[in-house]
Parts: sequence; structure tokens; C-alpha cells
Amino acid sequence: MTPQVLMDGVVAGAMIGLGAIGITLTYSILRFANFAHGEFISWGAYLALAIASALGTLTGGDVQPIGPFSFGWTLPVALVLAVILTAGLALGVDALLFGPLRRRGSAVIILVMASFGAALALRNMIEFIFTSSPRYFSTELQIAAPVGGGMRATPDQLLTVAVALILVAAIHLLLTRTAMGRSMRAVAENRQLAGLAGIDARRVIRTVWALGAGLACVAGVMSGLVVQIRPEMGLDLLLPLFAAAILGGIGSVPGAMLAGLIVGVAESMTVAVVGAEWRAAVAFVILVVILLVRPRGLFGRAG
Amino acid sequence: MIDILSYGFFFLTMALTYGIVCLGLNVQWGQTGLFNVGIAGFVAVGAYVSSLLTTPESASHLGGFGLPIAVGWVGAALATALVTFLIGALTIRLRADYLAIATFGAAVSIQLCVLNFQPVTGGPFGVGFIPRPFAALAGRPFLFGAANLALIAAVVAVLYLALERLAQSPWGRALKAIREDETAAQALGKSAVAFRLQAFALGGAIMGLAGAAQAHFIGFIAPDNYQPTLTFQVWAMLIVGGSGNNRGAILGSVVVWGIWALSAALISAVVPADQQARAASLQIVTIGVALCAILLWRPRGLIGEARVGARHLLRPAAPRKAPTPSGEN
Repeated sequence: MTPQVLMDGVVAGAMIGLGAIGITLTYSILRFANFAHGEFISWGAYLALAIASALGTLTGGDVQPIGPFSFGWTLPVALVLAVILTAGLALGVDALLFGPLRRRGSAVIILVMASFGAALALRNMIEFIFTSSPRYFSTELQIAAPVGGGMRATPDQLLTVAVALILVAAIHLLLTRTAMGRSMRAVAENRQLAGLAGIDARRVIRTVWALGAGLACVAGVMSGLVVQIRPEMGLDLLLPLFAAAILGGIGSVPGAMLAGLIVGVAESMTVAVVGAEWRAAVAFVILVVILLVRPRGLFGRAG
Repeated sequence: MIDILSYGFFFLTMALTYGIVCLGLNVQWGQTGLFNVGIAGFVAVGAYVSSLLTTPESASHLGGFGLPIAVGWVGAALATALVTFLIGALTIRLRADYLAIATFGAAVSIQLCVLNFQPVTGGPFGVGFIPRPFAALAGRPFLFGAANLALIAAVVAVLYLALERLAQSPWGRALKAIREDETAAQALGKSAVAFRLQAFALGGAIMGLAGAAQAHFIGFIAPDNYQPTLTFQVWAMLIVGGSGNNRGAILGSVVVWGIWALSAALISAVVPADQQARAASLQIVTIGVALCAILLWRPRGLIGEARVGARHLLRPAAPRKAPTPSGEN
């Protein structure tokens, strides 16, 4: 096993971590495991792809790559727009599906099932619109440059990791230092009591959806940039996301990121040692071990 | 005419194998409230175990052991019960949706194992030459179809009667009590964890049996048959039919399988060949939206759960007499 395994794992783990933050936030504040979260990742990637290629066509087609990266100016612009649209999609799904179920006081498990149905509809909608053939943001080839310690990485991969770490730090500050963050933690703690204290729970819930889906979109675009864009990309990430959210401890943003990196590195080590065909089972093994040994995760609270 | 009837037999047999899966899911979800997102994996376990036990010896996979079909079915049920028991034991004490996540992971991993353990399962090539019940009649499609339908219908009927009886038994009532009010049931000395685990494994056994029945009916299995879409179809069947109700489970499987088969036939007839994959995904979108719509507007399904319990409790409360001073009541 070479140090390169670690680099590959960190790149994959950064994307898993970003997705897991959304899972962990919806889980701690809305109190259900959202099986549709993976689809926000896919939708984010496809929306960015559609916007980027539309921008490219509108402005004459020839978009030059920025600096060492494989993509041109259209992708960052598309990313911002896609984050907004994906957040809108999540809010729309909530308004149509989860909101009414919540108001009716449905059992947690009904919400989980509804998210399962929504996931299927959303995923196949992508397949209907974009077909199932893989897409790419860019056809540029990139050379992996040495980054020290015997590891190599492409500029895109380094950018991905940097953006993920900056976002995690920002979200962590938002949760710990702002009034909105305090409200979110209060609602996670006890929605009724938070309501009595004058916190608008609906606003908090909207923020959670927008934040989670926005991060999912970023993760999807990153995954599309360094791997590829497929309708199943979100579904394939779902199990690693859940494993990371539970390993990190439900509700903990730094925990989700750290656990995402752990899951990513474990996956790439498995690929190197056992074989690529077993990659998808790694998350399940990690999940089983956490549930057996420490169900509340690394940074979760008991109960 | 015979053709149409033969197709009818085929359709109903297929629908009833799904009906068996639905009955298993109903034990887990309808009666116990355990959310299983790994149905496809558990059905696959049953299908593979029974296939390996009963196929003639082959170089492309483990075995086969050439055992009688009945042995294969029993083996399938037992093996799947064991797998579901283990998954359940891992998560049933924890939060309700951890079970959902764990079963989802189990299904992914089972599919992966089936695909990758090529010496055991035949890998992507699957298992063929699975012996079919009434193989002696294979030359006469009509009789063959009728006999197979009769067999599956008999299995469904036996399971239905057994499960109905079980639901009325002390075990079934304890299960329902735990689902409705865990604390109260525990105060009466019923161990929620043990009952849930038993129900989960029982449901798993039924799903394994269904997988076996399906495999022997079709005669060939491959990992691709056990995608998450299967899980989803079964859920749609139970929710449409009405969870908690065994008749609903069977009715739902026939209705949903009917809609599925009809729309698939419609797509292959109307949509041009290069667009069929697209149209098929729209088919799944429709079912996904329909499931959400039912959860929103008609959570009880076509036939809801029959209320069981002491009759006097179901009647509107009669005005109580004021207690007499002497205190007799």
C-alpha cells in the first residue's frame, strides 16, 4: 500500500463528509434518516452540468480552463446557481411532502419511507431527463503533480479538498457563533421548548434543508469533477453518507467531516488491499462496527 | 384463448410470489412497525440458497446439490431467517431508523457478495437450470402454468391462514401491543426487543421463501434481479394494499404488479426502442410519486388494518354512571 491510497481516500472522504453534514443536520433537527439526501447530490451535479453547458453555449462555446484546473469560468458560476436551485428543490420537496407529514404528526418511520419514495422519483427523473450514460464537466486531461510524502494529486483534487475544509469550518462557525446556529441547536434539543423561547422552528427547518441540500450540491459537483456524473452517484454515496453521519455522531458537523474522511480512506485502502469490487461494502462494515461498539458515534451524545 | 389464459396464469403466479414477499413485509412493518429497506437482499438470499441446494451439480457455482425443491425452499426460509435475525439483533435496540439504514446497507452488501463470490454464486452470470416444479408438464404450457399457479396459490393460502392465526394468537397480540404502546407492553412483562426480533426474522423467512419460489418459477437468477427497485415495488404493493392487513398485502401485490406489467407492455409497444430505458425510468418516477401521494392522502391503503381488540373498547364510550356512595362497581 502506498501513501497515494491516503490521498485518494482524503479526496473521496471530503465529498462524503460534505454530504454527511446534510444527513446529520436533517437527522438531528428533523429527526429522521433522509434517504433522499443522496439525490440532492445527483441533482446538484446535473443542475451544475446543465447550467455550465448552457452558459458555455450562450457565450460562444469556447471556454478556456482557469489556471491549472480542468474547468473554465462557467463551472464556478454554475455551481453557485446550482446550489441555490438544489436548495430550492429540497425546500420544494419539504413543502410538498415532509412538511404536510410533519404537521400531521406522522411517525418517524413514515417520514423515512416518504424519503425513500422521493429518492426513487428524483433519481429516475434524472435518468429520464439526462439518460443513464455518464457525463463529465470537462474533457481536459490533468496531470497529477507530486504534493509531498510520495503522494500525487491533480489540481482539481486539491481544490476539492480545500473547498470542503473551508465549507466545514464555515458551517461549524455558523452553528456555534451565530444566532441562527443557536436556534438550530435549540430546535435539535427540544422543538417545543425552542418554540416557547420564541424561536421560529419553521425558519430553522428551512435553513437546515437549504444548507444540507446546498452542501450536497457542492459534493455532487466535486464528485462530478474528479470522478464522473451518473444518475446513481447519489445512491452509491448514500451508504457511506449514513456511515459517516453515524460514525461522526448525529448532529456533529466536525464529526461528520472527520468520519467522512475515515470512510473515504477506509474505502481506498480496501480498494488497494482487497480489490475495487468490494468498495461498496466498506461503509456497511464500518456501520456494523459502530452500531456494535459505539452506536452514538465519535462525537455524539448518549441517548 | 389458451394463450391469454396461459399468460394469465403466468401473471398471477408472478404476482403471488410478490404477494408472499408482501406477507413477509407485513409481519415486519404492518404488524411490528419495523422498516426494512433491504427486501431485495433478503429475497436474493432465499433465491440463491434454494437454487444452490436444488440445481444439478455445476462447475460454474457452488454445488449444486441436486436436493428436492421442498428442501431448497425450507433451506431458503431458514437461511434468510438467520440473516435477518443477525441484522435485527444488531439494530433493533437502537433508534427506529437505524434498522432502515442497516437493512439498506445489508441489501447493498448482499448484492455485492452475490456478484463477487463467483465460485459460490456464479457471479454476474447467475445460476441457471433451477429445477421447476411440475417439470414433467413443461411440454404442455397450459397445464404447467395452471399447476404452478395452484402451487403458489396454495403457499399463499397456507401462509395467509397461518399469519392470520398468528396475529390473533397471544404472540400476535403482544406484538401489536408493543407497536401501539411499548411502555405499557413492557410494564406487562413483554420484552419488546425479543418480540420484534422474532417478528423480523419470521418476516425474513417468508421473504426468503418467496425468493426461492420466484427463482424456481423463473428457472434462472442473476444479481441484477435484486436491485433496490424490487424493494421499492414490494413497498408500493404493501402500502397500496394497506399495511397491517394480510388480504391487503396480497391484493396490493396483484394490483401493483398488474399496473407494472401493463405499463411495461404499453411502453414496449408505444415507445420507440431507443427511448425505452427513458420511459422505464418515468414508470418508476410515477410509482415513487404514487407512494408518496398514498402516504399523504390515504395512509391506510385500499384495505386498511382491521382493528382488533376487545369489542367493548371499540364502541363509543357509553356515559358512565356516577359511582355510588357505597363504592360498589
